Amino acid sequence: MERMPAWADVVLIPLISLLLAAILSALVILAIGENPVEAFNLMVEGALMRSAGWGYTLYYATNFIFTGLAVAVAFHARMFNIGGEGQAMLGGLGVALVSLYIPWPHWSLALLGSCVGAALFGAAWAFIPAYLQAKRGSHIVITTIMFNFIAAALLNYVLVSLLKPVGAMDPASANFPAATHLPTFQDMFATAENPLFRGAPANVTFFIALAACLFVWLLIWRTRLGYEIRAQGFSESAAKYAGISPARIIIIAMLISGALAGMMGVNTAQGEAERLVLNSTEGAGFIGIAVALMGRNHPLGVLLAAILFGFLYQGGAELALWTNIPRELIVVIQALVILFTGALDNMVRMPLERIFMALNRKGA
Amino acid sequence: MTEQAPAIELKGISKAFGPVQANKDISIRVMPGTIHGIIGENGAGKSTLMSILYGFYKADRGEIFISGRKTEIPDSQAAIAAGIGMVFQHFKLVENFTVVENVILGAEDGAMLRPSISKARKSLKSLAEEYELNVDPDALIEHLSVGHQQRVEILKALYRQADILILDEPTGVLTPAEADHLFRILDNLRAEGKTIILITHKLREIMEITDTVSVMRRGEMTATVKTAETSPEELAELMVGRKVLLRVDKKPATPGDVVLSVDDLKVTDDKGVHRVKGVSFEIRKGEILGIAGVAGNGQSELMEVLGGIAQGTGTITMNGRTIALAGRDSDGQARRRAGIAHVPEDRQREGLIMDYGAWENVVFGYHLDPKWQSGFLMRNTAIVEEAQGKMERFDVRPPNPKLAAKNFSGGNQQKIVLAREIEQNPDLLLVGQPTRGVDIGAIEFIHQEIIRLRDQGAAVLLVSVELDEIMALSDRIAVMFDGRIMGFRDPAETNERELGLLMAGIEGEVDGDEWQAIDRQLERKEAEEAREAGDA
Repeated sequence: MERMPAWADVVLIPLISLLLAAILSALVILAIGENPVEAFNLMVEGALMRSAGWGYTLYYATNFIFTGLAVAVAFHARMFNIGGEGQAMLGGLGVALVSLYIPWPHWSLALLGSCVGAALFGAAWAFIPAYLQAKRGSHIVITTIMFNFIAAALLNYVLVSLLKPVGAMDPASANFPAATHLPTFQDMFATAENPLFRGAPANVTFFIALAACLFVWLLIWRTRLGYEIRAQGFSESAAKYAGISPARIIIIAMLISGALAGMMGVNTAQGEAERLVLNSTEGAGFIGIAVALMGRNHPLGVLLAAILFGFLYQGGAELALWTNIPRELIVVIQALVILFTGALDNMVRMPLERIFMALNRKGA
Repeated sequence: MTEQAPAIELKGISKAFGPVQANKDISIRVMPGTIHGIIGENGAGKSTLMSILYGFYKADRGEIFISGRKTEIPDSQAAIAAGIGMVFQHFKLVENFTVVENVILGAEDGAMLRPSISKARKSLKSLAEEYELNVDPDALIEHLSVGHQQRVEILKALYRQADILILDEPTGVLTPAEADHLFRILDNLRAEGKTIILITHKLREIMEITDTVSVMRRGEMTATVKTAETSPEELAELMVGRKVLLRVDKKPATPGDVVLSVDDLKVTDDKGVHRVKGVSFEIRKGEILGIAGVAGNGQSELMEVLGGIAQGTGTITMNGRTIALAGRDSDGQARRRAGIAHVPEDRQREGLIMDYGAWENVVFGYHLDPKWQSGFLMRNTAIVEEAQGKMERFDVRPPNPKLAAKNFSGGNQQKIVLAREIEQNPDLLLVGQPTRGVDIGAIEFIHQEIIRLRDQGAAVLLVSVELDEIMALSDRIAVMFDGRIMGFRDPAETNERELGLLMAGIEGEVDGDEWQAIDRQLERKEAEEAREAGDA
């Protein structure tokens, strides 16, 4: 009775969507008088053909994995958490406090500590909207988006008035102590004769992100909490019938979601900048929505989609560097990918379903 | 065969939805001035066929003739122009419009409403006299009873000059008295030469009112017979494709100790409306208490409180122990711990997660049982095995535990819920509408399982709007009306008429022209309610 095979749903549809986005992007690049083939080559060259390019691609991907997973977990409980941006900002603050004020003996312990700090701060920031939704019925979309602005203002205040070292000019915290610096891919994989990942920001946090994917998969499909989260997401009335408290599930799912978004701060603050800067999230919280959409809220899908968006980010930066294509156009391309993979899903899905149905009928 | 052309003739209608063949080469002739029944199980294709006739779907193949003329019906406007009117199962009325406003909606004569309204008022008056279709033209729809709302739907069709009237499961929401009145209206319409198609799954209605009846099964028209020349048994067999037991075999009950005792239970809903207004009863071991009543008289809320979904006030004891009616310990989990299993009225909204596989559904509500846990993880393989066993024992088809609940038929979905709840061996089973939307073959099985649980010593509380079902299964019957229990009856010593009156809130005998008296009473009640609503 299935309309089409599962592989078509998870592989074919995103691929066709991507292709359509690519074609449209090519037309746009043509329209401003540049060569789309050259541009595409440049993106691939810059993001995927050199190890340093991969180092950037995976660094961005790490951010998107965390924020994508955050959206995915909340979505399984039918909560649309678009506050990933604010939760990630607060996560960064958690990392900064943990790294600055606790004397860590070794980076591995510091990493553990900052993960906990980031998760706690991110979860705490998600808790208020979650509580308001669960107990007061305030819509989570409205409250989380408002909390993004509050987070930005809060971070501004904290950085300028509290964390900024005396005499410094830019709104950023002091540099984290050397013991908290995380090993980058260069530190881990480069050898004297083979200098891999030179200067690239990808760091050990990427593996934490992979572990988070595994964790989310286990949580959602193998634990009873995941069972209850999905039940609540599919049907609140049925959840109530089964004695599952909707308020409890909403709050727990949002806490996990906020914690995951917050952990992005480990990658940006501790892994890359080694201090907390203003606007370190750079919109990754919003990209997470697209990543989760494209990844069908499955950790594996999120991982692949995050790498794709990492590629777009890094490839886009290369384009801006080497061609006359303005930086804004990169945003256009990213938007096209989001449009086709997320919003216009049905445009590809419906004709494809019809094709498969016709094939089935012929086969039967 | 008469010389007259049939009012409706369908020739070779076929319609497929993807791989599903909803209608297969269907031909049918409906003579003018007759009532033609179409009967079949859920999913047999009745509604699809009527939707084609009313222009909602386009047939893949086949032709439609109206009064002998080949007619294309691309949309419902064309259907209305061809003189076809449809009364849907779920009414399509604007709740806060008056009757007359609803009647002219979409059939206004011009930009100004006043002329249309006065014209409609006049024609409503004559229609009311002609067919016993009395409704106050200025009453708001939301203040009318369901029976009256249905009359408005019929009036809408007649106002649009319909000669052919299609009614889809018209009695599902009516009391027996209202249904009788509806049948009298249909009788009058037939006498005036109107043609009526009645879609139903109730054999009794077919036998009572129709002239001819067509039986549909799995998208095909399996037979068309004269009603006078057939029997309910034959029709049931034609519907299901095998012999069906229409009666439930059961031994007399042997009630034991009191299991559940409810005292002065009151329930108020979210909007502050009192739904249950002080209900008291007891159920004993090995006994089925059936609650009869028209939908919406507090039965659902009663079940929800007992099942831990809603909160209430009063005293409920289960096996001698008081159970909480509000707060943390009143949820579904607490009820299950107290030995109460619950087959909810709406299996699609409550009893099942439609997107979950059958296997995930067989532990739904009992998923916290240590049996299904190992550490942090759920024992999925064990659950799948359990599902396989349950599906085998309850004959769920197809017996594939991985298939999502939404892909099973209504009857098989209900069997999954029943398998889960009954095999918990509860002290008390709450069952709401156990056979709503379930095919006849499965009804038989479900009834037997409920009786078997009773015979094992469980107490059963049955809520159903199907009077037949209440009469067949219950050892005692309570009738609910307007949030109260009107009385208890012994099924052996009562009849449908008496229960029907209680369901309408009328106690004792009614003299003279019975239905008119009932109608007057109902109208008085309605007026009172409307006044109350106005006061509030």
